[in-house]
Amino acid sequence: MRRLGFLVRKEFQELRRNPRMLRVLLIAPVLQLGILGYAATTDVNNVPVIVVDADRSTASRDLIGSFEGSPYFSVVGVTSRHEDVEDALQHRTAWMAVSIPVGYGRAIADGTPVTVQVIADGTDSNSTTVGLAYATSLIAEKAVDVALARIGAGGLVRPIGSLEARTRVWFNPQLLSQHFMVPGVLALLLMITTAVLGAVAIVREKELGTLEQLNVTPLRRWELTVGKLLPFGLIGVIQTFLVVGVAVLWFQIPLRGSFPLLFVLSLVYLLCTLSLGLFVSTISSTQQQAMMTAVFFFMVPMIYLSGFIFPIENMPEIIQPLTYLIPLRYFLVIVRGIFLKGVGLESFWPDALMMLVWGLTVLALATVRSRKTLR
Amino acid sequence: MRQALAVGRKEFWQIVRDRRTLMILLFVPAFFLVLYGYALNWDIRHVRLAVMDREHNRDSRELISSFTHSTFFDIVATVTSMTDIETLMDRGEIRAALVIPEGMSRDLRSGRVAQVQVLINGDNANTAATVFGYAQAIVRGVSAQLRLGLVTGGRVPPPISAEPRIWYNPELTSTLFLVPGLIGFIVMISSVVSTSMSIVREKERGTWEQVRMAPISTVSYVVGKTIPYFAISLVSAFFIIAAAMLLFGLPMRGSWLLLLFTVSLFLAGALGTGLLVSTLVESQSLAFQVSLLISLLPTIILSGFIFPIASMPAPIRAITVVVPARYFLAALRAIVLKGVDAHVVSMELAALGVYAACVLGLASVRLGKERA
Repeated sequence: MRRLGFLVRKEFQELRRNPRMLRVLLIAPVLQLGILGYAATTDVNNVPVIVVDADRSTASRDLIGSFEGSPYFSVVGVTSRHEDVEDALQHRTAWMAVSIPVGYGRAIADGTPVTVQVIADGTDSNSTTVGLAYATSLIAEKAVDVALARIGAGGLVRPIGSLEARTRVWFNPQLLSQHFMVPGVLALLLMITTAVLGAVAIVREKELGTLEQLNVTPLRRWELTVGKLLPFGLIGVIQTFLVVGVAVLWFQIPLRGSFPLLFVLSLVYLLCTLSLGLFVSTISSTQQQAMMTAVFFFMVPMIYLSGFIFPIENMPEIIQPLTYLIPLRYFLVIVRGIFLKGVGLESFWPDALMMLVWGLTVLALATVRSRKTLR
Repeated sequence: MRQALAVGRKEFWQIVRDRRTLMILLFVPAFFLVLYGYALNWDIRHVRLAVMDREHNRDSRELISSFTHSTFFDIVATVTSMTDIETLMDRGEIRAALVIPEGMSRDLRSGRVAQVQVLINGDNANTAATVFGYAQAIVRGVSAQLRLGLVTGGRVPPPISAEPRIWYNPELTSTLFLVPGLIGFIVMISSVVSTSMSIVREKERGTWEQVRMAPISTVSYVVGKTIPYFAISLVSAFFIIAAAMLLFGLPMRGSWLLLLFTVSLFLAGALGTGLLVSTLVESQSLAFQVSLLISLLPTIILSGFIFPIASMPAPIRAITVVVPARYFLAALRAIVLKGVDAHVVSMELAALGVYAACVLGLASVRLGKERA
């Protein structure tokens, strides 16, 4: 136990000698969380629209005014040439074009039906779907106004009301992407910093040849492993506090569930990431290899297949079982559950259990591997 | 130039000798594209919807049918109480619910605002925001339709109607939107990660002193260090693009030459970023940390890969200006999906060029200082 203490102290001394590393480890996550928390939004507002007004009448200007007045659109240009549409959509200065035909004003005045073309750039499929629906409903509302004006106020027997959607979003009432993304970023940042540190710490000693020296000391294998990983575990704990602090105080994300539970399960998650780092170090002989292996075979899959951004239930059925191999998947369910739904172990104990099993399995694998490679 | 080639050759053999790293750099990117291109789906289709209709008349049926006529929603349950909705939602059997109150038509006909409730499961805020927007738009559309019916007596066609046309991606599949983003992400990560250790490794291993003393200019050294990674990454980038076209039907509507030029500029910037990181730090582990932090998440979140830059708050939009993937993505999408000419993407190409020149220049300056 004393020997373990010495090793931990040695690791900390090495960290302290490298103050830039500490700064990167503590400041970068907070900074990233700050930026990424704001960037992740899929709301469709202020869709840039270009209008081709071939009619140039009072009626067409009126329609353009409705687009200008709507919070969903922002009119970036009015032109009379159709070629400008292609240009604007190609440059993506506009996502949509509204084309008002010649004779629009006359048709409105005469009471003959007229069609307005709405052209959308389909590249961003989801924003386009929503934007088109808004444009269609806006034109339909305009049609009502026109019909009303034609009858004249006196022509109506009764006043006419309207429908309104009162939308309620469960588990995330303000529908803030931040509430969804920030807990995810916490999990991801912990993974990046701790797994990488764990992987590199041991390979580095291998590369520099100092691992041989440690091997001939009376240190036991488990003491060496624990001593190497413990300091990074501690850094991970500090990061957890920092990031949760920023999430709650800065982004005002309500922590509806229990913080102690979140803390304990974060420790389990840290066990997973550190074991992963250790495992990677046992199958790599240079730091570059360790880094490549960690990034390509572990981190990138974790980002894409964990449900961090892309919903797992949208994935093809062959891929879905793969996601069970990813500890981040479980941790995301837990973090989002505690933060957003305020639920406890009773609802996600299978995830917590799976995460623990994953961590212990990988730790065991890594210990077995290291016994073989180091002796 | 000869000096640069000599450094390049040495670096190249060093990579080739490390089989795993070479394999990772060459083939894993294409494998990734296949896996993720297939796995990731941003399509919001067939959202499972429960309907609670308290009105049961023509108006309410019209509203319901507008929800079902889109491929967006699938009605999976018709319920009679709010508690049913709650249980279905908790069990994850539905993602959204539509509640039509009693008296909707009466309100509509007496000049009041009738409120229809739409409930959405918000636990994935990214998709929920889209469902939210779409549901809002549907209700507004139906509202206008019903109002028009009341005004005109329902027999005349609407005075104005919209005719939607979708260009470039008429089926509105998210794959065509996501695959270019994946290409940018994979290229960025593999380039930054591979070069960020190249110089710091020499420092850590003690071979840096030899480089310092070698009779070679700093610029040739930087060029020599970059060339092999550039060649390997360029090959792997085209593997990826070929895979995207063969497997995911990514079209190629523009010129290959322009694409090659764009990819090269982006690669130069990405490799330069790695090199710059390598000159700024003193240990490989720190290089690893820094390069991941500046390339991994920003390339996903700040590049327009998934989240539209136009919707971000202004200060964040200002930060995206220095994310090279942003320009690469815009140019790539424009070239392959829209088939644009060089002048359309000239701004993006210029930005990529400036970025590459800046990072490579800074890396050279830093190296020159360290060698002096």
